[in-house]
Amino acid sequence: MTETTPAAIKLRDVIRAGRQVENHSPWARAVINHEDWRQAAASLSDGQWTLLGLWAERDQVHMAIIDGGDLGLLSLPCEDKRFPSVGQLHPPAMRLERAIRDLWGLEPEGLADTRPWLDHGKWPPATFNDVAHEAPPLAARDYAFLTAEGESLHQIPVGPVHAGIIEPGHFRFTANGEAVVRLEVRLGYVHKGIERLMQGASIERAAMLAGRVSGDSTLAYALAFAHAIEAAHRIDVPPRAVWLRALMSELERLANHFGDIGAVCNDAAFAMMHAQCGHLREQVLRVADRCFGHRLMMDRVVPGGVERDLQRDSEQEVHSLLVQIRKRFPELVELYDNTASLQDRTVGTGIVSSALARQYGCGGYVGRASGRAFDARRTPGYPPYDRLQFEVPVREDGDVDARLWIRIHEVEQSVALIDQIIRQLPRGSIRDPAQTVRTSQAHEGVALVEGFRGDVLVWVRIGADGNIERCHLRDPSWFQWPLLEAAIEGNIVADFPLCNKSFNCSYSGHDL
Amino acid sequence: MRRMLFKSLVHGPLTEAAPKADDAALAELAAQVDRTARLRLGRTLSIREVDAGSCNGCELEIHALNNIVYDLERFGLRFVASPRHADVLLVTGPVTTNMREALERTYQATPAPKWVVAVGDCARDGGIFAGSYACVGGVSAVLPVDLHIRGCPPSPITLLQGLLALLETVERSVK
Repeated sequence: MTETTPAAIKLRDVIRAGRQVENHSPWARAVINHEDWRQAAASLSDGQWTLLGLWAERDQVHMAIIDGGDLGLLSLPCEDKRFPSVGQLHPPAMRLERAIRDLWGLEPEGLADTRPWLDHGKWPPATFNDVAHEAPPLAARDYAFLTAEGESLHQIPVGPVHAGIIEPGHFRFTANGEAVVRLEVRLGYVHKGIERLMQGASIERAAMLAGRVSGDSTLAYALAFAHAIEAAHRIDVPPRAVWLRALMSELERLANHFGDIGAVCNDAAFAMMHAQCGHLREQVLRVADRCFGHRLMMDRVVPGGVERDLQRDSEQEVHSLLVQIRKRFPELVELYDNTASLQDRTVGTGIVSSALARQYGCGGYVGRASGRAFDARRTPGYPPYDRLQFEVPVREDGDVDARLWIRIHEVEQSVALIDQIIRQLPRGSIRDPAQTVRTSQAHEGVALVEGFRGDVLVWVRIGADGNIERCHLRDPSWFQWPLLEAAIEGNIVADFPLCNKSFNCSYSGHDL
Repeated sequence: MRRMLFKSLVHGPLTEAAPKADDAALAELAAQVDRTARLRLGRTLSIREVDAGSCNGCELEIHALNNIVYDLERFGLRFVASPRHADVLLVTGPVTTNMREALERTYQATPAPKWVVAVGDCARDGGIFAGSYACVGGVSAVLPVDLHIRGCPPSPITLLQGLLALLETVERSVK
């Protein structure tokens, strides 16, 4: 770091100075040179900009950035299959760059951590984008976990198969008695090669794949993918579809938050909250099923609109659900608030500092519980939220308790939002008749959508044949998993499930 | 809290009546019953869930089986924390190449007699992920599968029907 603070560089100036890519919307994408790429990494490291995503294709790397209210993409052609590492200056980019090297064989020059990330040395050779895996980098058991030095330290390996009904991942604890000295997470176990499957796929098939990146956020992914396609092809979505999408989004948020609130309390051995919240979650899923014909609403949002309209009389169903939640949920909140034995476990446990949340651009309840008031429904924002009244709850404490309270407040906000949506739901068609735009050029689109867990980024390039040429989907968990490692430090091993559940990061969304 | 507990005493349980066992699942299982093995198990089955690459949609619905509406344990079916305690492996996902070894080792750690139930469309044959360099493509490519439960994801009722079919087959073979 230099002694003098460099003058803030504006993202829009960098984009203007670069070569702007045509047919990219709604934000600009510019191809820049090495010098500007390094400067961008410095601006991220200084905290002037926030990293939204970093991904690659055969011969270039892209990063999505937010600078205040401005969003944009910077691209760097990689001659000799190399690019200057962003992670060497800005740690949140490190795992993204390790993934880029695994998947595309591009070398992030200067990246300190050279261990593979998604590649466990098990993929058949030369399958991903013709990147040759001549010698598998490392066998699973040879993966070198980061070390901790000191007296009486011991390691606890956990996973990938866990005790509960959860996704696979490996946690390596280094502990001194009960206290965690270091936690390192190893992921990639559920890497399915979704982005490779998308290449060359029709938009319909790609939309289904997007809806299966992380099942709990199927709606957020389907919506982000649809937004990106609609931006690329400049498709207007009928108003009724826009509002139905918001209804589905808020139902998804409600179901997940109920599940999480119950599960966090359950990990503190308070089963009654779990039972009650589990019942509320079930009611939400049943209403979703009756309204849209699928409990998780998979494949219901499609590019151009929604797949089906509300079933008859289901507005009344939604209304009854809201009545039930408004009657029962306050009692549960009171129960949480007044149970000292429960608060004893959650208050002060697993603290994430606001500085880390800001540095990592950490979204969702993890970011908002640590003072980062970011919500993609506000910035960049998308309809119909510009016509709806809602608050974005924020807290500063950053502990398990704060992450629980953010969820509680978001449940209240979602209930209020659904109420407004049902009252204002416009009539009309729900889907633009399929417009397969065939041009001689590729079109690119990008979107940021607020899922229950945080902001989901989707970038897509549609080829001249109307099929997907390249699609990247970035889960909010990329910027949350590293903070879990920070949150657990100094806590006891027995509080890890509680911390982990309060984050509820996606494995599948991260591993792709 | 006392008020809520009292209320639930008065109102009775929220748990719903059980669905009928799935006929297709019964048929699939009928051929695979080993009488002596079932004798040892009585009418309970312990289940170990293994996510072998699922999108986590199936996990959400399997979780729902434990909620008070479906209350899986009343049928003698319960989820256990270790494969060493399990009779049944409930496997989801297209089996990613990165999870294959962990799945095989979990199977090896499960004492015989044991059954494998593959849950979800991608656990059947890879589903939408079939053909990927990173997926083996279906649980049966790695382990002997006794029962497939279809759906993307299967609803809790569908899961319950499949598991009850498994249990009924066990009981019938014992009589």
